[in-house]
Amino acid sequence: MSEELGFMFALIVSGLSVGLMYSLIALGFVLVYKATEAINFAQGEFVMLAGYVAAATLAGEGMPILAAVLGAVLVMAIFGFALERIVLRPLLGRPIVAIIMATIGLAAILRGLPPLVFGAETRALPLPIRDDPYMLGPAAVPPVELLGVVVAAAFLVCFTVFFMKSRMGVAMRAVADNQQVAMAMGINVERYFALAWAMAGMVSAVGGVIWGNMLGVDVQLALVGLKVFPVVILGGLDSVVGAVVGGLIVGVVESLAAGYLDPYVGGGTKDFAPYVLMIVALMFMPYGIFGERKIERV
Amino acid sequence: MFHREAGVFKTSYAADMALYPLPIARWTVAGLLVLSAVVAPLSLDEYYLSIINLVLIAVVGALGLNILVGYTGQISIGHAAFMSVGAYTAANLAVKAYLPFWITLPAGGLMAALIGAIVGIPSLRIKGLYLAIATLAGQLIIEWTINHVSWISGGAQASIQVPRPELLGHEFRTQGQLYFFLLFFAVLAIVATLNLVRSRIGRAFVAVRDQDIAAEIIGIDIFRYKLLSFAISSFYAGVCGVLYTYYLGIANYEQFQIGVSIDYLAMIIIGGLGSVLGSILGAVFITFLPIVIRWTMESFGDLIFSSTELPGMISSLRLIVFGMLIILFLIVEPEGLNRLWRNIRNYFRVWPFSY
Repeated sequence: MSEELGFMFALIVSGLSVGLMYSLIALGFVLVYKATEAINFAQGEFVMLAGYVAAATLAGEGMPILAAVLGAVLVMAIFGFALERIVLRPLLGRPIVAIIMATIGLAAILRGLPPLVFGAETRALPLPIRDDPYMLGPAAVPPVELLGVVVAAAFLVCFTVFFMKSRMGVAMRAVADNQQVAMAMGINVERYFALAWAMAGMVSAVGGVIWGNMLGVDVQLALVGLKVFPVVILGGLDSVVGAVVGGLIVGVVESLAAGYLDPYVGGGTKDFAPYVLMIVALMFMPYGIFGERKIERV
Repeated sequence: MFHREAGVFKTSYAADMALYPLPIARWTVAGLLVLSAVVAPLSLDEYYLSIINLVLIAVVGALGLNILVGYTGQISIGHAAFMSVGAYTAANLAVKAYLPFWITLPAGGLMAALIGAIVGIPSLRIKGLYLAIATLAGQLIIEWTINHVSWISGGAQASIQVPRPELLGHEFRTQGQLYFFLLFFAVLAIVATLNLVRSRIGRAFVAVRDQDIAAEIIGIDIFRYKLLSFAISSFYAGVCGVLYTYYLGIANYEQFQIGVSIDYLAMIIIGGLGSVLGSILGAVFITFLPIVIRWTMESFGDLIFSSTELPGMISSLRLIVFGMLIILFLIVEPEGLNRLWRNIRNYFRVWPFSY
């Protein structure tokens, strides 16, 4: 393998593994959108909050890592549930701007709280895995990213089974498809809305533990949420598979852009390229690769 | 002078279209003008005037965003980016071409309008959530471009120092002088918006917001009016950015990041969507919020917290209060402060003889 090709291979591999970690965060967004058609602009803050909870649990004496993860999952599930009850249910049936603004307001609250409760310094979130990367030819893969890949894949399988086979999953798809008909069939729509938010919280909790390990837990952790939008737009807002594929595309594109363009423009392409890609996608295929096409004249 | 109407007795279109149909409204506006043009600058010191100056700048931006979001129903999370376009256009013109403010100000506005219309093009294909995300992308891309193209940003720290605005050899230097400079443009923006929203264009905007398909059927060119709305809104944003640049004496992209876009959205939601008075109230409210929080924390905060922690807490507290207010207003009073004001007014309209 020539050096040039090796460089490209390394970029693509690191892009793919980071991309799957983006999908992990985007999954929470997709779950909520799929079931309730609400847009969560606070997804990054969900991840950050979960990171804080896990880090705080782990800081206790002799706490095993499993307790931290389970604690974060539990807290985030309750949080998602309560959030739907207190903030989003009163906004049912209101224009989309209202829901977007409510989640933006929520994001502000969530960004203000941790420094008051947990303190302003960055917390470490150590996981019991090795630090030095595995070598895959010229490409280096950090073990935590490998863990992220495994978790993302596991989630993908679980959600596919959940939506296809379980009673709850089928009911949730029915709610997503048509709320009125679902209601007429005896499905408690509001309960499934709450369930969707709770599930989004749980997914974010796992995302928070893994991202918190990679970046350290502080308010900046919420910024990974900005990557969610290109991912879900590319993949399709209401598709679990789309979140994974979108994540992979965004990961590879930003990795390649950072590798090849950064030397010329002086950095920052990583955050910029996904959005350019997203604009193009919005222009030519606004419903994404796997998204449901709703034909609507604008 | 205090008499109120007992019914609708308008006999001409002119009377129906009047901005202030009642004498009391005319007197109130005249009173406010005297208050703001004579009493305020004479009685307040520099510090308070500098806060009011910030309010005046925010009023211009909030009016612009309300035209787009409140009147036309198109959401935008990129308002601050258009402000930065205006700011850097004006700063470059002022520094490189030595142009006075009465050229750089409209130039900044027009440049922002142009960019705004370009960002608004996706609104022809997409709406709601997708438009929100597209404008968010616009914000990030414009921010990145300004930050990375040194020809625009002036190189070091992406900031350009601008000279003070000058008119007929007279420089606006102190806060008191800047106050008049800003007041003029704020009033101009208010009057322009009041007139815009009752014109043909404003009515077309409202029609597009309420039912776009119906609007198209009655002959409104949606394509044109959506773009026009983006352009006008961005023009206001650009002017707002220029004013802010002259106020600070420096154009800096950090003043126009995504948080600012959200501040402006909060202004119009808390103030009241689709209302001029609401934009003004919202601008006042959001500008004063951090100041009031700081005052309260400095006066009473040390009762609960140790004084060393206080400075760091204020910005966090501001975020929390800010987010809670947005959610509270959305749930409890979606029509904002404007509606609260109308409720109070209507209560006193027939007071004390409410039937």
